[in-house]
Amino acid sequence: MSANPDVATTVPEAAVHPRPGGSLRPSRPRHGERLVMALLALCGLVSILTTVGIVVVLFVDAAAFFRNPFVSFRGFLTDTAWRPFGDPELEAFRYGILPLLNGTLLVTAIAVVIAVPLGLASAAYLSEYASPRVRGVLKPTLEVLAGVPTIVLGYFALTFMTPLLRAIFGIEVVNIFNAASAGIVMGIMITPTVASLSEDAMSAVPRMLREGAYGLGASKRHVVLRIVMPAAVSGIVAAIILAIGRAIGETMIVAVAAGNLPTLTLSPFSQIQTMTAYIVQAVQGEAPRGSLTYQSIFAVGAVLFVVTFVLNVIAQAFVRRYRQEY
Amino acid sequence: MMAISTPQRAAEAAQVQLQSPPSRTRKERGFQGVLFLATVVAVIVLAVLLVDVLLDGSGRLLGGEGGFPQVLASYRSRFPDRTGYLAGLTGTLSLMVLVAAISFPLGVGAALYLEEFAPRNRATRLLEANIANLAGVPSVVYGLLGAGVFVAVLGFGRSLISGALTLTLLILPVIIVAGREALRSVPRAIRDGGLALGATPLQVAFRQTLPAALPGILTGTILALSRAIGETAPLLVVGAAGVLRTASVPWRPGEQYTALPVEIYRYVSFPQDEFRVAVASAGILVLLAVLLVMNSAAILLRNKYSRSW
Repeated sequence: MSANPDVATTVPEAAVHPRPGGSLRPSRPRHGERLVMALLALCGLVSILTTVGIVVVLFVDAAAFFRNPFVSFRGFLTDTAWRPFGDPELEAFRYGILPLLNGTLLVTAIAVVIAVPLGLASAAYLSEYASPRVRGVLKPTLEVLAGVPTIVLGYFALTFMTPLLRAIFGIEVVNIFNAASAGIVMGIMITPTVASLSEDAMSAVPRMLREGAYGLGASKRHVVLRIVMPAAVSGIVAAIILAIGRAIGETMIVAVAAGNLPTLTLSPFSQIQTMTAYIVQAVQGEAPRGSLTYQSIFAVGAVLFVVTFVLNVIAQAFVRRYRQEY
Repeated sequence: MMAISTPQRAAEAAQVQLQSPPSRTRKERGFQGVLFLATVVAVIVLAVLLVDVLLDGSGRLLGGEGGFPQVLASYRSRFPDRTGYLAGLTGTLSLMVLVAAISFPLGVGAALYLEEFAPRNRATRLLEANIANLAGVPSVVYGLLGAGVFVAVLGFGRSLISGALTLTLLILPVIIVAGREALRSVPRAIRDGGLALGATPLQVAFRQTLPAALPGILTGTILALSRAIGETAPLLVVGAAGVLRTASVPWRPGEQYTALPVEIYRYVSFPQDEFRVAVASAGILVLLAVLLVMNSAAILLRNKYSRSW
């Protein structure tokens, strides 16, 4: 060992200085890079600030609404008329959100009744039957439909669907502004939402399951209805919930075609008002900041936000589940 | 003798049994037909919508007095055959420029951070969940946010910049998601090559990864912008003025403005059919034309620059 002293001395040195040129670390601190990195992180932070901003803006004015001595939270949830205008001491002032909820749910229900069968059938067709060529035409067309501005759909509902309904059911039966017309057009609008996510879920069902069923003698129809759809159920549920969320938040179709009369009704042919349509109507009324009417807009907005937020969270839980399943 | 089956006979027998009974075949065909019809319903409605708008609007847009040039070149008027969309069109174009200028750097920055640098921890997951949730918030709620923050607290008033910032927040989640997808499709080897040559992670991100992902990011941004252009509700809430005649073309961020969809909404709300049908549908055709140009640009960009690695 001591016969070769060079080895004993050079080896530890090499361990201390692995490279003659220096370490892998940057030779000098790069402050500029750290700054840029911080700026990038800040861009991501904007989305957090957006959420915080929405919550603060909505709930500050909503809280002010409920702090008013003439307003109670209970009345908001139980009163059956919505007229938050003018002097709150007068009897005409009513602030029950039920009529608005009624309007929103009525239109949404009509839309869902249209969109779920259409969307699921489209998803099944595109995922199981369509040839690549047919798919290549139909899928982009559905995407175009999803991209049509909602004001255009509102125009279509008012000037095409409503006259059509009036021609079928009679002018006395169908009001010129009605929930049915808006709901049907909205149903068509959310069909691509249902179809697209459901199709993803159906395509993710493993081939083995289908072939197992074919091996047992099932026909294609049985495979689609009893194997693929049940196996894709988490994704389908997620798609439907997301579509419901979009329908509840949709504004222009209902503002144009469903009317501005808050009504407690189950009739699809009478005039109603949804939560979103109320917001649009009230902001145009030039209610001064700090007035009860102004604050009522934010109270309705807060309800709208909470409902759609909860639906989103549920839908995402279902999406995660179907991503994990296969 | 008959009982002894030859191989052929066995095969024939099997063939016969494998064939579905005619009733079943009919049901199968019928089922497929129903699915196909349901798929086509949406396409048919889209076609009917386009034809309906074209029939309603082409007269005003093409025919005679107040026709094509005038409907774009004149401001709002009380007379249906003199009114036009100049204010709305210029307002929409101004919005588009501002929204693009603000949302693109913000969206790309956030996408770069999340895709390239963010540590995989709880805070990052929260940020991702938050972005997914924001994508589902109704647009009218963004309007309320804009009215509270930009119009009132920051004091921008009912100006172009308030509208642009509101629309920016609305489409930011869409741009971030599209940007991340584009960045993810750039192969690891490109980054590794840059790092191996001694570039810092930030240099790799800005000089290798980002340029490679740019066509995808731009396509996503244009599509998101076209969504912003079609939005009406948030602009109504933040007070797109829709005044009778804006003083000038609103190129400055502090000015009052109106936008195409807002103008269309005003005309649709008129009781007279001359406005509600003829004028509104002409505006819709203008809006759809703008969107068509933008979407075509996005598709061209995708086809021209898209690479598969």
